[in-house]
Formats: sequence, structure tokens, C-alpha cells
Amino acid sequence: MIRATLAALMSHWWRHPLQLVSLAVGLALATGLWTGVQAINGQARDSYDRAARLLGQNRFATIEAADGQRFGQARYVALRRAGWQVSPVLEGAMRVGDLRLRILGVDPVTAPPDAVPRTVTGGGSLLPFITPPGVAFAAPQTVSALDAASGLPALRVAEGLLPGVLVVDIGIAQRLLSAPGAVSRLIVAPEQPVGRAPLADVAPGLVQRAPQARADISRLTDSFHLNLTAFGLLSFAVGLFIVHAAVGLAFEQRRTLFRTLRAIGVPLVGLIALLGAEIVVLALGAGLAGVALGYGIAAALLPDVAATLRGLYGASVPGTLDLSAGWWLGGLAVAVLGAAAASAQSLWRVWRMPLLAPAQPRAWARASARSMVAQSALAAGLAMAALALALWGQGLVAGFALLAAMLLGAALALPAVLSALLWGAERTATGALAQWFWADTRQQLPGLSLALMALLLALAANIGVGTMVASFRQTFTGWLDQRLASELYVTAASEAQAARLRTWLAPRTDAVLPIWSVEGPLAGAPGAVFGVADHRTYRDNWPMLRIQPGAWDRVAQGRAALINEQLMRRAGLVPGDMLRLPGGHALPVAGVYSDYGNPRGEAMIGVDLLTALYPQVPRLRYAIRVDPAQVAALARALVEDFGLPPDNVTDQARIKAMSLGIFEQTFTVTAALNVLTMGVAGFAMLMSLLTLSTMRLPQLAPVWALGLTRARLAWLELGRALMLAALTMVLALPVGLLLAWVLLAVVNVAAFGWRLPMHLFPADWARLAALALLAGGLAAAWPALRLLRTAPADLLKVFAHER
Amino acid sequence: MNVKALLPVLLLLAAPVLGQGFAGLGTEAQGFARPAPGTVLEFPADHGAHPAFRIEWWYLTANLVGPDGTDYGVQWTLFRSALAPETRSGWSSPQIWMGHAAVTTPTRHFVAERLARGGIGQAGVTAAPFAARIDDWRMAGPDLSALRLSASGPDFTYDLSLDTARPLVLNGTAGYSVKSAEGQASYYYSQPFYTVRGRLDLPQGPVPVTGRAWLDREWSSQPLAETQEGWDWISLHFDNGAKLMGFRLRQQGGETYGSGTWVGADGTVRTFGDGEMTMTPLRETRVAGRDIPVKWRVRLPAHGVDVTIEAVNDSAWMDTLFPYWEGPVRITGSHGGRGYLEMTGYD
Amino acid sequence: MLLEGRDIAKGYDSGGEHVQVFSGVSFSVASGEAVALTGESGSGKSTLLHLCAGLDRPDRGQVRLDGVPLGALRDASRARLRRTRIGLVFQQFNLIPSLPVAANLSFQARLAGREDTAWTGTLAERLGLTPLLRRYPEQLSGGQQQRVAIGRALAGRPGLILADEPTGNLDEATGDTVMDLLLGLVAETGAGLLMVTHSRRLADRLDRRLRLSGGALCR
Repeated sequence: MIRATLAALMSHWWRHPLQLVSLAVGLALATGLWTGVQAINGQARDSYDRAARLLGQNRFATIEAADGQRFGQARYVALRRAGWQVSPVLEGAMRVGDLRLRILGVDPVTAPPDAVPRTVTGGGSLLPFITPPGVAFAAPQTVSALDAASGLPALRVAEGLLPGVLVVDIGIAQRLLSAPGAVSRLIVAPEQPVGRAPLADVAPGLVQRAPQARADISRLTDSFHLNLTAFGLLSFAVGLFIVHAAVGLAFEQRRTLFRTLRAIGVPLVGLIALLGAEIVVLALGAGLAGVALGYGIAAALLPDVAATLRGLYGASVPGTLDLSAGWWLGGLAVAVLGAAAASAQSLWRVWRMPLLAPAQPRAWARASARSMVAQSALAAGLAMAALALALWGQGLVAGFALLAAMLLGAALALPAVLSALLWGAERTATGALAQWFWADTRQQLPGLSLALMALLLALAANIGVGTMVASFRQTFTGWLDQRLASELYVTAASEAQAARLRTWLAPRTDAVLPIWSVEGPLAGAPGAVFGVADHRTYRDNWPMLRIQPGAWDRVAQGRAALINEQLMRRAGLVPGDMLRLPGGHALPVAGVYSDYGNPRGEAMIGVDLLTALYPQVPRLRYAIRVDPAQVAALARALVEDFGLPPDNVTDQARIKAMSLGIFEQTFTVTAALNVLTMGVAGFAMLMSLLTLSTMRLPQLAPVWALGLTRARLAWLELGRALMLAALTMVLALPVGLLLAWVLLAVVNVAAFGWRLPMHLFPADWARLAALALLAGGLAAAWPALRLLRTAPADLLKVFAHER
Repeated sequence: MNVKALLPVLLLLAAPVLGQGFAGLGTEAQGFARPAPGTVLEFPADHGAHPAFRIEWWYLTANLVGPDGTDYGVQWTLFRSALAPETRSGWSSPQIWMGHAAVTTPTRHFVAERLARGGIGQAGVTAAPFAARIDDWRMAGPDLSALRLSASGPDFTYDLSLDTARPLVLNGTAGYSVKSAEGQASYYYSQPFYTVRGRLDLPQGPVPVTGRAWLDREWSSQPLAETQEGWDWISLHFDNGAKLMGFRLRQQGGETYGSGTWVGADGTVRTFGDGEMTMTPLRETRVAGRDIPVKWRVRLPAHGVDVTIEAVNDSAWMDTLFPYWEGPVRITGSHGGRGYLEMTGYD
Repeated sequence: MLLEGRDIAKGYDSGGEHVQVFSGVSFSVASGEAVALTGESGSGKSTLLHLCAGLDRPDRGQVRLDGVPLGALRDASRARLRRTRIGLVFQQFNLIPSLPVAANLSFQARLAGREDTAWTGTLAERLGLTPLLRRYPEQLSGGQQQRVAIGRALAGRPGLILADEPTGNLDEATGDTVMDLLLGLVAETGAGLLMVTHSRRLADRLDRRLRLSGGALCR
């Protein structure tokens, strides 16, 4: 019986292959986009974890200087001699050619098991590792990138290390980083002897920090990944719309069959089980394709994601995928769950279907007004929720909840709004044909509404994200002009060279401005403090958002600090408040400057105060003011006469280009996902129109019989789709702008700590509207063409009663 | 391969360590100094480190008694391991230090281990005034006749005073101790006569203790032959005041090579060579997945010794980078007393 | 002659085999004449009716409406002919579900640009549809729907009414009422009527009877 029943149920799909394709493709797209995004996020998270594991930060407490700066190794020895089981780490950045390397110096002898990369093995011995020039372990790609570099330890490949990281002995690290006797922090072994002296007695000024469950970097990149997740979820939802529609149609068309089956004795439970099994089998097949698609998407996007994370956050993520079996299974599970969610309603209806009710198929497209009312009520509720979130919500999650409520609310409201518009058009239409056109469009709305909702979401997301990106680009470009006022930027290789450089530059330039900074905690999060010279360059150009009178004078005198917008928002500091610098020195805040593209909080203090508070601050980087006409000559002289490596001399234009490059990359992925979402919406539209077209004949045939040609009808069908796409676009515009506002004023502020002014770009909208019409037109072209080619005999079947 | 498995490699040269004798002690020692017969040991200079040699230790064991008569054992060891026969200051020093400390009670065995790089002041030994230390552990005094000994672990600390007026005992031939028929040897002297007073701090509370202690000093570059897998070593305090140090090195194929030193109650020292002392395992116990003989019959007919030694605590397993068994023993038979037993290379 | 068929043949392909429905069929319907088209199930009554409406083309022969051969016309011309000259009444009513009764009633007349509000009003009155004008087809009974369909067919005052089992889906009493209305109104407008029916009783009420049997027209 099961086989016979199954055969009867499945025969439907062979007779309606389009539905099968629609279901499979919808599910595959949904699964693919979702798993693709998950793969990207998972890969990045794995890298962060590896970064944290590399330093043992995720499992071991650490001891650091209260101001976050390096300290002398004598304090390490003092702690050891007091019984503290700690192991020193020296960390720092180094540039070799164009490569930025992270040097990680460890002591393999005292490091707790697993606190140091397992890979520092390679069968080599300790002696060459600790004897200059030492041995450095690095990821294979880093080793090959550094192939010809000189002045580095012997390189050994170690699998599992993050790209750009060199693991060396701490002694070797001290030499490479020109930091003799310096230690960044101590790893605290989990087992400590009893009766040891308190930390504060042995090493005043050092503080112990608990193991961090998450790497610092993941706090900074959270927003980025949340952004990706939101897009993945959006695409998933759109994909499920398609599945829901396809399943709903397939069930609706088989209602008669279900009744017949039950009438001849198939138990309801068995029928439901078979239908459920059918869904699961379809979901597994489509899910497999979807996971493969997801892999493709992730593999294609990951290099951009990796570049973004590196550029914006300095986080190292390999550009290649490395996925576990769990990810693949998870993708399949998502597909099955998604299909189950999309078909739950249909199964429920079968479950509730009375056996003896008339078996006449109710037109699926003729959705009751009641469901539209319910949808509108839900939309209104979501709109209220969005409003409440906008007024009272806090933080990133609330920001995204606001987005979700807004988008979903708008999507749910769409059918009702369109229906009202069409009704109005019908009322004002004069011709019989026009009246029929509007009335019939309205009639079709329920069948198309899911696709139109998908289109609305895609369009709104496009407008919103596009507006945000373009606003960002415009603001950012202007801001770069202000911020990068100096003509030339140079970096010395050592303190001694820096001193010579200052002397050499003095007679040749208008001003040599130090760019010196220390890293350390600001308001409880990683931050940096810069020293600023007293110079017109800053007073005239620095992009201040708020400033107190006389602020620059007070900064120069070491009596006040300026902070960036991120720090202002995160720490709730306003001018006049006191700011605690790393190490405890407190200064009043005299102004706030905008600092786009920087995830960290930052403060600027007078350069004299900086060197007084942090005597060890590296004094290597300088901004040079010089007559623009002489920039090229000076840059050449710096390399040829003074002897700086060419990589250490950068002109303003190049820095701007690099900054913009990083910026553009940040949104590459967003743009790609945007296009994919649009594609999914277009596909939804096509599938809906195709399925509708098969059900349209009974509605079209009488009109044809009453005196319209098929060509005329086909054009009307095409026009109907274009008109709906256009209407949806018009409605998407305010939703998209609202979305952009939320992204700029809520999400960006919560995620990055900066708020951008919103600019409008109508030309983009026009382009998008054209795209929407193209999508609608393309989606409608095929069904219209099919209608045009329908044989009269097929149309006549509608009237036939003797067959 | 984790760091634990890796560190032996790092610590003791690049050779495939574990296949070649316990803790790589049987490996070639290129470039390192070799013990030579006829060398006269000079004190206090030789109390200090000998960086030209590959391996060296300051090895102290104490048999102690609490107020209630309970037996305790205490171990304090500082190992020096040279990656190269030289000293350098700073992190590039090839001298690596390792400390082992243990307290054994009849029911518990507490172990701690320390590791340190030479050259940065974290560990080292000075000859005069004498001080050997790693991290917070110290064995120090004006000289070897009066020492303060302290160590700490996650669940114990101890602080002991050691005194003796007796002279050092040179093992082997004037301190040149042969370890195999092929001629592997070390410099080896001992101070077996310490009386001890001090305090143990254990999880159950502080315990005042008294007793006897034995210091061994040994340095070499290749103390074991390549075919030797481990050793059984004893240091016994007999109740009549006599002392016995003896060891047998186990070779592949079951052969052994033994040697030892007898110190009479009157202080007369007689060293003996292979074949004079026999050690016969009587009972094995399962410790850390290995079968370890914790009860032995020891015979030294030349001095009328025929005793049974048995572990105070069978589970005196040193779960350190190079694991071994080391613990106090009770002596019965022709002589009574207390002593220490060390067994390595049981895998 | 209002409607004329000459030597018409029609068949279709089914499963690779050609099935001849009928051939050599010739007939005519004059203005004001009501002709019944009868025959067994599958004899091709509806097919012949569709050929008369220009909805399909015969394999052979000609259908002429007002002397114009339909086969020679292009799609658009035939469509114009349909909306201006022909009124169709189907068994399944085939109203436009998205339009209310009033709009359905006047739909074809307005398409043809021949709307006559007074006449439409009269029709609604005569067909008893006046109280139902604002309803939608799905809210009507079968008899009511067929009355709307008859009204739609007549609203443009076409010369020819083609009806396919107009009462086939209705019970006898309702069917009789509907038939009375149809015949009465057709007679009133002076149009010709060709009506497919398998009911002898109904056929007897018309002026003349054509019978399709064995692929040919009898008598």
C-alpha cells in the first residue's frame, strides 16, 4: 500500500516538473546562502580562536602591565623567584617589504603545555631555536612569502599557524623587535604553588587578567559577522518563501488525490507520514545541492572577507576554506528544517481536511481576505515593534531586531498595500479591459505576493545598503582629505635611525610631526593613545565633531585630551569628562574627532605628555609637511640620500588609495550578497509567475473567447508583471531609505561607534528600478511567451465538457 | 605532538631521545667535556656548575620522621642540562635548568617540577657561598655543611635545615665513577651525613620533622652507555650509622652493571665495582601503567649486608617530563634503617 | 446567410493517431433562426460550435459569418469578429471571477465598444440580476451565473448567439427558466442561435435541429 500510495503522490511531481524545480532551487538557494555565510563566519571565528589559542589567552590567565605596555623581563624573573609559575610572551609587529608580520616570542621551556603553538616542533631542537639568528615557525604561505627576505630567523613551516605570524623564541623576538629585555605579558600556568607572595608585593604595577573566553579581535569583528549573518538570514527567508509557495501549490493541487487516497483506505497518519517523508527526501536532495552551493559562495567570497578583516581589524583569516563534517551536516539539517517549516502549514491543512467535504480544488491563488487581514495586523504589530525598538532599543542586537521587524513588517504589509492600490486603479478605470486588468491583477495578488515580498525585501535591502555604502564613501573620502593633511609619511627602522632622520629632515621640511602611539586599555577595551604635536596641521584640518574653546592649547600643554567618536559613544564621554589613560593618568576631554574605519577607541594627548607617561613609546613614525611641489624630490632623497627603505616612505595619495581600498573591500561581500539576494527574488518571481501561468488558462480562456487575441493577452500579462515590479520598487524606496537610516544611525553606531550623515543617491535608485523592471520583465517573459504559443485547442479545453 | 612530548627533544638535543637510554643520557656528547680518571675534584669550586659538561645534578633525598613516628621522604633536585658546552648571558644561553621536588608520606606522594632558562637569572648555582636555586626553590648555605632547603608545589611546601660536620664522600675512584664496561663515567661525590630539622606544609597541615639527608653531586656528558636503559639506585642510612650507596645499570638483554660505595659507621669509605652487590626484585607494583619493583633484596657480602628494602609508599611515582620512581624505603634484615630508592627506565 | 458551414472536417491527433471527429459537414443558420445541434457524447458538437465561433480552424472546408470566411482572417480580425458579432454561452458559465456581476454583464459589449447602458439595464432587469449587480460570480448560484453569461452574450446585440449546453449544469426547473429567458431574448434581438444540446426536449423547442452522428451531419 505504501508503495502504491507513494507512487500516486510522487506522480504529481513528474507531471509538474516546474514545481519540483522551484522547490528544489528555492531550498538549495536558501540553504546555499545561509550555509555559505555560516562557512565564512565559522572560518573567521576559527581563526580568532586559533589566534587566541596561539597565545593561550582563551585558557590561561595573563599578567600584564596596568597600562598595557611592555615591561622589563626582570619583573618576570622576580615573579618566578617568588614562586609564580608564569611564562613570558613578547609580541609585536614588524614589516618585511610589504608584509606585516606579527612576531610572537615565547619561552618554550616555561610555557604551560599547549599554551605555545604545538607546531614549534618540526623535529628541530631547542638550541638553534634560541641561538641567534634563531628559528621562526610560520604558516606555509607566510614562509613562501618571506622566501627571499633577509634579516629574519631561519623559517620553518608549521601547519596550523595563522598567516603572517612568526613564532620565535622570546630572546629572538626581543632582537627582531628591538626590544631588549622586554616582555608584553606573562602566561599564568593553571597550577600555582601554595604560599607564594601576592602579585602586588612582587611586581607592583602588574595586574592579572582572567582567561578571555573570546579573543579581543572577535569583539571588534562581531558587527561585521552579524552583518553577514543578517544577510544570510534574509536570503534564507526569501528562499523559504519560494519553498513555501511551491509546497503549498503542490499540496493544494493534490487535495483531490489526498481525499481519494483516504476514501480508499489510506490512514491519515500514513498519508501525513508519507508526505513528510517526501518533503524530507526532497529537502535532503536540495539541501545537498544547497550545501555545495554554499561552499562555492563561501569559497568565492572568503578572500574578500579575509582582506576586509585584515584591513579593517588586523585580524588574520586564511583565504581558504577548511570545513568540518559538522558544517556539511548542519547545512543539510538547515535544509530539512527549513523545508519542514515551509511545509508545516500545508501538512496541517491536510491533517485538518475533512474527509467528506467537497473535493473540488479551491483555487490556491484565491487567498481569502481573512489571511490578508491577519497579515496586515501582523505587519502593523511589527511596525509598532520596530518603532519601539527605534525609540528605546540599545545596542547592535536591538539594531538588527529593528531591521528585521521593519523589513518583515514592510513585506507583510505589501499585499494589502498593493491590493488597495489596485482596487483604487480598478475603481478609476474606464475601459472594460482596463477594469478587467486591474481586477484580475488584484485577483492574482495572493499567488504573487510571496514573490513580490521577496522582491521588496531584496530591493529595500539594496537601496538601504547601497545608500549606506555610498553615504559612507562620500563621508569617508572627505574625511580622509582632512585627516591626511601631511604630504609625506615616513617610518624609521630603529630609534637611532629615527633620531638621525629628525636631524636630517629638519632643514629640508616645514615641519616633522611625530606619529607616536602606545596601545592600552581605554574605557575597558583595547585602545590606543597618540601624541600630537602643537602644529597648525592639526588645528586647521583635524576633523573635529565637537571641540571646546582653547582645546588645542590645552592638549599641547598636556592638560587635556581629545578622543575619537568611538570612544565618546562607547564610554559615554563628553567634553569636560575625565578620561583615564592606560596606566591611570586622568585628563579632561576637550574635544571629539571623527575616526571612520577604526574599530578601536583612541585618544590624542600632547606629544610631550605621551613621552613623559610612556617613555618607551616607539618614536619611529613621522608625518612631514613640505611644499607639495617638493614631495617627489624629498621622497627620492629620503630613499637615495638618507637610505630609508622605499617601503618606509609613503606619500599622501598612496595612503588615501590604500585606505579607500580597504574601505571598498569591506563592502565587496555585502554587495555580492546583495546581488545574490536580488537573484533569489528574481527567481521567486519567475517561479511564481510560471506556476500561476499554468493555472491562468481558465481565467484567460473566456476573455480570449470573448474577443481578445493571445498576443494581446500575453502583452497584458507582461505588463502586469512589470507594473507589479514597478509598484513594488516604488514601495521599496521608503522602506530602503528607512533601512539605510537604521543602518547609519543605529547599527553603525552600535557596531563601529561612528555615525555617518545620510546622503541620497537618486541615480542609484533609477538604476535599481531598471533592474527591478528587468527582473520582473524577464520573469514574466517566459510565461507570456508560453501563453502566446498556447494552441487554441488547449484554451478550448477550458470549455470542453465532453471528453 | 604536544609540548610535553616535544620538550625532551628541545631540552636534550636533537637526537631521537627516548630510544637511547633514559632521558637521552646515553646519547653521543659531541663537543662536551668528558670526565677523565685522575682528575682531582676541587672544593668549593666543584660545588658549582660545570657548563662544559652536558648533564649535572644537585640531588638531595631526606628520610624524615614526624612527631607521631610517621615516615616521610623529601626530595629536592636541580638538574642542569646543556644544549651546548658554553655559557652565554641572556635568552641565548644554552643552559637549561630543571627542578624536581617531592614529599612522600605513607599514603600520599606530592610532586612539583620547575623549568628555567639559564642566562636570565631564573635559576643557577654558585659555589661560594653555596646556593642552588630555581624559581623560589633554594638549597643554600654558607657552604655544604649547613644548608637551608626549601621548595613549593601546588599542594605542599617544605623548609628544612641540614647540618653536618662530616667530610664529603668521593664515589668511584676519587670521584670518578664508571658507569659501564665500555667506560662511560661521571664525576660523583656525596654528602650522606646530614641531620635534618624543619617543617613540611601538607594539605593536612604543618608537620615538624627530623631525620637524615643525603646529597649527591654528579656531572657528566654521557653517563650511560647507549645500550643501557635505566638504573636502580639506592642510598641507605643504616641504624648503626653506616651508609650504602649502590646502583645497577640495566642493559638491553638483561645484563646489569653495578657499582657502589660503603661508608662505615666510623667514616671509612670503600668503593666497590661490578658484581659485588646484588639487587633482586621481590615484589612489583603497578604504577602509572608500569610494573615497578618496590621491594628488593640487597646483598653486599663483603660488608655482611643482606637486607630487604621496601617502599614506604609504593606510589612514589615522579610524574615529571622524564618520569621515574623515587621514594623512601624501610630497611629490614641484617641491618635496619631508612633509605631512598630510585628507579628509571621502566617503560 | 448569417452562418454557413461548407464541407467542414476536423480531427485531432491523439497518441500518434489521427482521430477524425467529423467531415463533410455543411449547414447554415439564418438570422432570427434558432437551431439545435445534437449528437452523442464525443460526436463533436462542441468542436463544431468552437469552429463557428472562430476559436479554432477547421482542417478542411469553410465557416462563413455574414459571408466572411473565418479561415481567411488573421487572429486579430477573428478576435474582433468574436467580440462584435458573436455572443457565447458556455456550460461552465465562464464568468470572469475578478469582476462583479455588473462588469461581467457589460464586459463583452464594452470590449466591443458597443455598450448600451439602457439595454444592459433592461437585460439585468429581465434576467432578474438587478439585485445581484454588485456581487461576484463565486457568490452566485449556477442558475444566476448562467443568467449573467446570457446577459453578457446579448449585451452587445450580436448577430449570432452560440450556446454550448447552457443548461447542462443546472437542474431541470432552473434550466427551463434559463432556457425561456435565452430563447425569449434571442427572439427579441432577432439574432441567430446555434445551441449545442443533447436534450431532445430542448432541441424540440427550437426551430430546427442538426444532428451529428458517426462523423457526419444527418438530415
